[in-house]
Amino acid sequence: MEHQSIVIPNKDKLFNLEPLLTKTPGNIITWIILSVGLIITIIRFTVGIGAVANLDDYQPWGLWIGFDLLCGVCLAAGGYFTTVAVYVMGMKHFHSAVRPAVTTAFLGYLFVVVALLYDLGHPLRLPYMFFFPGTTSVLFEVGLCVATYVTVLFIEFSIAPVEWLSCKFPWILPLRKWLIKITIILTIFGVTLSTLHQSSLGSLYLIAPEKLHPLWYSPFMPMFFFVSSMAAGASMVIFEGMFAHKGVHQYMDATHLREADSVVLGFAKAASFILFAYFMLKFIDVLVQANFHYIFSGYGLWWLVEMFGFVLLPAFLYAKGSNEGNVQLCRYTSALTVCGIVLNRFNVSMIAFNYNLPSELRYFPSIWEICISMFVVTMIVTAYRFIVYNMPVLYEHPDFKGDEH
Amino acid sequence: MNRRKFLTILGSAGILQTLGSAKVSKAGTHSFPYYENSVGVLHDTVRCIGCRKCEAACQKVNNLPKPKKPFADLSVTNKKRRTTAYEWTVVNKYDVNGKPFFRKLQCFHCNDPACAAACFARCFSKLPDGAVVYDGSQCVGCRYCMVACPFNIPGFQYDLAWDPLVQKCTFCEPRMKQGLLPGCVEACPMDALTFGKRSDLINIARQRIKNNPGVYVDYVYGEHDAGGTAWMVLAPAAGASGGPVDEAPIAGKELKQLGLDPALGNSPMAELTYGALGAVPMIVAFWPVLFGGAYAITKRREAMNKAAMEKNAQEMKDDLVAAVDAAVRKIEETEGPAAADRARRAMTEALKARDKDASAHGEDK
Repeated sequence: MEHQSIVIPNKDKLFNLEPLLTKTPGNIITWIILSVGLIITIIRFTVGIGAVANLDDYQPWGLWIGFDLLCGVCLAAGGYFTTVAVYVMGMKHFHSAVRPAVTTAFLGYLFVVVALLYDLGHPLRLPYMFFFPGTTSVLFEVGLCVATYVTVLFIEFSIAPVEWLSCKFPWILPLRKWLIKITIILTIFGVTLSTLHQSSLGSLYLIAPEKLHPLWYSPFMPMFFFVSSMAAGASMVIFEGMFAHKGVHQYMDATHLREADSVVLGFAKAASFILFAYFMLKFIDVLVQANFHYIFSGYGLWWLVEMFGFVLLPAFLYAKGSNEGNVQLCRYTSALTVCGIVLNRFNVSMIAFNYNLPSELRYFPSIWEICISMFVVTMIVTAYRFIVYNMPVLYEHPDFKGDEH
Repeated sequence: MNRRKFLTILGSAGILQTLGSAKVSKAGTHSFPYYENSVGVLHDTVRCIGCRKCEAACQKVNNLPKPKKPFADLSVTNKKRRTTAYEWTVVNKYDVNGKPFFRKLQCFHCNDPACAAACFARCFSKLPDGAVVYDGSQCVGCRYCMVACPFNIPGFQYDLAWDPLVQKCTFCEPRMKQGLLPGCVEACPMDALTFGKRSDLINIARQRIKNNPGVYVDYVYGEHDAGGTAWMVLAPAAGASGGPVDEAPIAGKELKQLGLDPALGNSPMAELTYGALGAVPMIVAFWPVLFGGAYAITKRREAMNKAAMEKNAQEMKDDLVAAVDAAVRKIEETEGPAAADRARRAMTEALKARDKDASAHGEDK
């Protein structure tokens, strides 16, 4: 009936790869980006970071940390945001949003780790932090939480591949029952870990007050990063949904399609409240720290652009959209919010960082750094597409239909 | 259980709790030990002539690569250079109140170093003699130490693919172990670098400021800045107007002109992160309780809703049966039992058909 149009892999044909291999413009662009990325990867790991990146001693953390890590982690917040809404708060009518959100969160975190390997001088020594734990370091806490959370997300996500593979390997089915049983524990564990490392990404910069512009530096940076990650999580669910409806519409079942609009409106409403709260927090912070006079400078203008154009404006648009039931407006607003989050992380990590250095010593990412970041994003999209084409993410698997989880 | 036993259990539970929280608070605010007999260097920028002999000595004793321009070329001091992975010390020229002065840049060897606190693989250590040293054998290459350093000292070997490491001044730790002076101190022809016990150096600095009125600003940079440093700087008061100073420390203007940051504060930089780190155990403890509670509330609400809905449905069913009964009785009264039987059958069938219809709809939902 409603599953007729969806290609569901079965025992004889486990993989559905045609959509990835046919010569469509999208696929050709994907192949080009992936091959260019592969070449830069080889250069990076054989000639050194300096061969591809504009990083220097003043700016040890550039685009790869500012975008791939800070934005990657923040924009993958949809995972904890959605699972808490559905499983903890009992908003069952958003249930069809859980699997896509967990899938993108898992991929997001996985590729944050992949991208990190490009930035590290000794990528293979990453596990050293567990052997020589520097417990005074914020980075240690981030590393520990991210490592644990990737594992949690993997377990949460693994229910989809288990359902997919069970047609060929029925012996993995007991795993599924067990996974469903521990859902709530994973959810609560996940939100705890997310709170910790989302906020700790802000804490990373607490140690450098002399380098970060006072309008962005604040003792409350951990809270700002956490609160904005909630808005990012809600927005990313809407934002991804927008692309999913364009690209992989035929893999959505009736339940997903019916709930999609209410997911958009519900999450838009939540994001609106969070963005308003975030705006107030930032505003109070500027007043409390007596930084108000900085607003009348170049950086102040830029700060106002961020705060009004990318925080307050989306907050209003979300409120208007969810109030009037305007799904399209909410979707455009989600794109604006995602841009705002990226802008904020860029400001903290690059634009307002080293603000008092003369301009000739300032950092601007090289074209190859940008290519690597695009490469990573393309890998995430490709992996997402592979998963959606093969696994029950946007639809309920007919073998497990009505099996409440 | 008697009263005494009960109190004992209660008491030990309390002690355990206290021990637990003591551990947590200790973990939250770690700080590095302060070594009383540690050594340092006092850099007198009034005496420094910018000859770059210290740079040459540093390159020689540490086997660093030779720079493109020879050390005899003094024009390079005009550029504001910084230390890198291959130049552990540099001398720059600064314009202080219109007069040229030179300052040597190198690791300040903080009492409580930000780099060491920031390192998540414990590569840095503050040694009892005062040196902050780095062991690259367990370095992951994350470069957070460089983000953390308030003096922009550590440099990274971006040009190496296989073993890129962070590099910085070691205070000539290997030489000090042999009883030798650091290379730069030994090479200085102007006595601009005074080596000694840190506590003595502070006294020497104060003495120099006092004995030469108007020559130095009344501030020993590094005595307290960023929690105190082993290397300290005396700044010139060249032609300073005696007007009111609105910045703390008092010498703010001259220090700034000399490229020193007067606003780092007197606490170690890492202390800024300890509040956030101290909140970690709180979140780990409270979040599961909070969200577990929310989950329990949700579950209970769902159960109550379900019970209420079931009760409603039963009541509706009972009402329907009662209504059918009443109607049948009425028909029996007016039209006789045969008609009543027919009516009951018809109504029962109609209800069944309706139920079936409703459940078919519900499945789709």
